[in-house]
Parts: sequence; C-alpha cells; structure tokens
Amino acid sequence: MVERSEEVKLLGMWASPFSRRVEIALTLKGVPYEFSEQDITNKSPLLLQSNPVHKMIPVLLHNGKPISESLVILEYIDDTWQNNPILPQDPYDRAIARFWARFLDEQVYVTAMKVVGKVGEEKDAAVEATRDLLKLLEKELVGKDFLGGESLGFVDIVATLVAFWLMRTEEVVGVKVVPVEMFPEIHRWVKNLLDVDVIKKCIPPEDEHLDYIRARMESLKLKSV
Amino acid sequence: MADEVILLDYWPSMFGMRTRVALEEKNIKFDYREQDLFNKSPILLEMNPVHKKIPVLIHNGKPVCESLIQVEYIDETWPGGNPFLPSDPYQRAQAKFWGDFIDKKVYGPTRLIWGAKGEEQEAGTKEFIEMLKMLESELGDKTYFGGETFGYVDIAMIGFYCWFDVLEKCGNFSIEAECPKLIAWAKRCMKRESVAKSLPDSNKITKFVPELKKKIGIE
Repeated sequence: MVERSEEVKLLGMWASPFSRRVEIALTLKGVPYEFSEQDITNKSPLLLQSNPVHKMIPVLLHNGKPISESLVILEYIDDTWQNNPILPQDPYDRAIARFWARFLDEQVYVTAMKVVGKVGEEKDAAVEATRDLLKLLEKELVGKDFLGGESLGFVDIVATLVAFWLMRTEEVVGVKVVPVEMFPEIHRWVKNLLDVDVIKKCIPPEDEHLDYIRARMESLKLKSV
Repeated sequence: MADEVILLDYWPSMFGMRTRVALEEKNIKFDYREQDLFNKSPILLEMNPVHKKIPVLIHNGKPVCESLIQVEYIDETWPGGNPFLPSDPYQRAQAKFWGDFIDKKVYGPTRLIWGAKGEEQEAGTKEFIEMLKMLESELGDKTYFGGETFGYVDIAMIGFYCWFDVLEKCGNFSIEAECPKLIAWAKRCMKRESVAKSLPDSNKITKFVPELKKKIGIE
C-alpha cells in the first residue's frame, strides 16, 4: 500500500441522513476522516467557502478540495477508494442504482418531510403519499437481503434515510407511516441493516435523534402556521 | 448481436435533448419515438412506471430513466470516442455536481418565466439569470465546461439554449447581455453535428409555448 498523507474531512451534521450516509461510505471503505460538526443555523466560513453554491452539508474535503451533494460525494468515494465497492460494476445495474437513489432523495424524502412539517389533513395526505412511494421500495426488496442484492450497496446507504430517519420520525409524529403489516419487506431489510457493523456504528444515537426530530417538527409547525 | 436502442421522447424537452445528443455523439443508431404526454402510451407507462416521464432509453428491452443517468449509462456502455466524463475522480465529481445543479436550480425558474406572470415571473427571471451567471463563472474562458472536450455538463445544459429565445421574450431580458460567454459557448456547441441534429429550432419552441400553455390550462 502506498503511504501518502491523505487528509479527509467531512463537514457534516450529526442528525442529517445525508451527512450520515457519507460516514457510512467512508467507514465501509476504512477511510480515516475528521468529522467537523457544522452549525447550520450559523454557517461557518469554511462551509460557505467549500460549498458556495448551495451552502449546505455534507461537504467532503479531500486534501483540501471540496465535493458537495451527498450522492456526488458517495460516487466520488467509490471512485477514489476502490475496496468494498458501493456501486455495482455493470452499467445497467449502476443506472438502476442511481435511479433509486434519486427517487429516495427527490421523492421519498421530500414527501416524508411533509409528514413532519404539516398538520391535519395535509399531514394525512403526506402519510398516504409517502406510503405509495414506499410500496415501490417494498417491491424492490422481495427476494433480496439488501437493496444492493446480497450485500449492502449504494441504494441501501441512501435508503438509510428511510430505515432510521423516517422510522424514527414515526415515534415523534405518532403515526405509523411504515407499518409492518403493510411493509414486511422493508422491516425485514431494516433488521438486516441493523446487523451490519458499519451501520450500527454510523447511525445517530436514538434518544438524541428523537429529541432532535421532535424539536425540528415543532419549529416546522410554527413556520407553517 | 445488434443493439436495439429506443428513445421515448418529446421534441421540446431539454432533458430528452441530452439523451439525443449523447447517442449522436457516440454514433449510436436509435429508434426515436415521439410521445404524446397528454395521452401517455402503454410503452411509456410500462417502461417508466415510477415517474411516467420522458425521456426513457430502452436498450435491448431494458429501460433506463432520468436523462443524466442515461447520459452516464451511454458513456459507460459505449466507451468509444471522447468520454463524456473525465477519468479523474475529482473532475468527475465536479462535472456531476454541475449536472445536478442544472437539474435542481436552472430548470425550475424557466417554468416560472414562460408559465407565470407578474411577480412570480419576475422572481423566476431574476433567479434564472443568477443561476446562469454561476454556470458562466464555472465555464470561465474554457471552450467547453469540461475544458477542451465536449462532455457531460455541456450535454446537460445545451438543450436549454433552444428555449432561450422564448424565455427572453417572456421575461423581457437578454441572456446575451447578462451572460455573453455562455452564449458564445452555446454557439460553439451548436456547430457540433450531434447538437445541431438534436435541438429543434428556437422559433419552433417559441411558437410552441403558447400552445403548451393552453394545453396545460395556463392563460
């Protein structure tokens, strides 16, 4: 192995599923990194300088060079550290993996956020809409241990936003968005995930996370009133 | 074995244009099938059941959805000629970042410019110009976004060029005045056969937008 000084720093936020997914990828590949907790309500000069376009976490700094947008970062990590590949090799399988990742971020996450942020009828509608989207994920899991197949892959890492963030949100909002009767495969998959060391290591601690989601929900509700 | 490549597309779509350009760049023969988005075909619904949107690339019967995913798929599947993405991981990441930026930040405002009125339209115009300036700054004095070779970010953005005329008319502004380097870049791209073949004439788009508005029920 070639020895070289590699500086890997992650500007992240402990409760963010987008930040955690980067940590999962780095940990899976055994890449040592420095985590720098960012205050997103009072953005640091380093964050603003590293991601001037979006001013958001996560940002990966590799030897000082910034990479932004979590899905771009995941692919960068896979391209740079080639052990324990995250994306499949075959171009078609890669296209499918990328499709599901975008679906999770652009559809599932966006819709699920409304469950947290809305009240009454709008919240109920958001729950229904989230379930409709999750039914597609449920279908994908039939006959598979992970979304990536036999082992954890790109889509699983992205989908941890469902496994941990969304399912924890249920406790806080008091609605079973993902009931086991409707989503047996998803529940089975979450159990598989929790058995993986890297995942256990990289998800936010439950109690603090629940408190955080609770606080976030309150502040979103105040905004929408 | 001959490859069967079908593209389900809609002629004014700047997203569909990306895939057309990518296929042409690689000299891939494909069966272009115009879709009626107001009366979606069984094949469209079958091949993109999740989003029911174009473009859909069907390669030997297997569908690939989402235009930038298609561009990357084309690059990986037919690696001959100039690669669309650089081989250096950091440069690749930058290219993907800007492709994502175009999707997230450039497209949205265009809908407000041609589809909205008054304050909403003005806000859309302002934001669009701001986003274009960011892109122009990224382009700098390079020939193409990737440097000397036409690539991923160029492909991601060029389809918007044929919409510039109608956007300028609707928003009452001049893109050339705001972003001359970007216009110069677009004209360079238009000299490429793949681009000239894949983009409709600006005036076709300009004539089409009022019809489109009627179809979707906007005044």
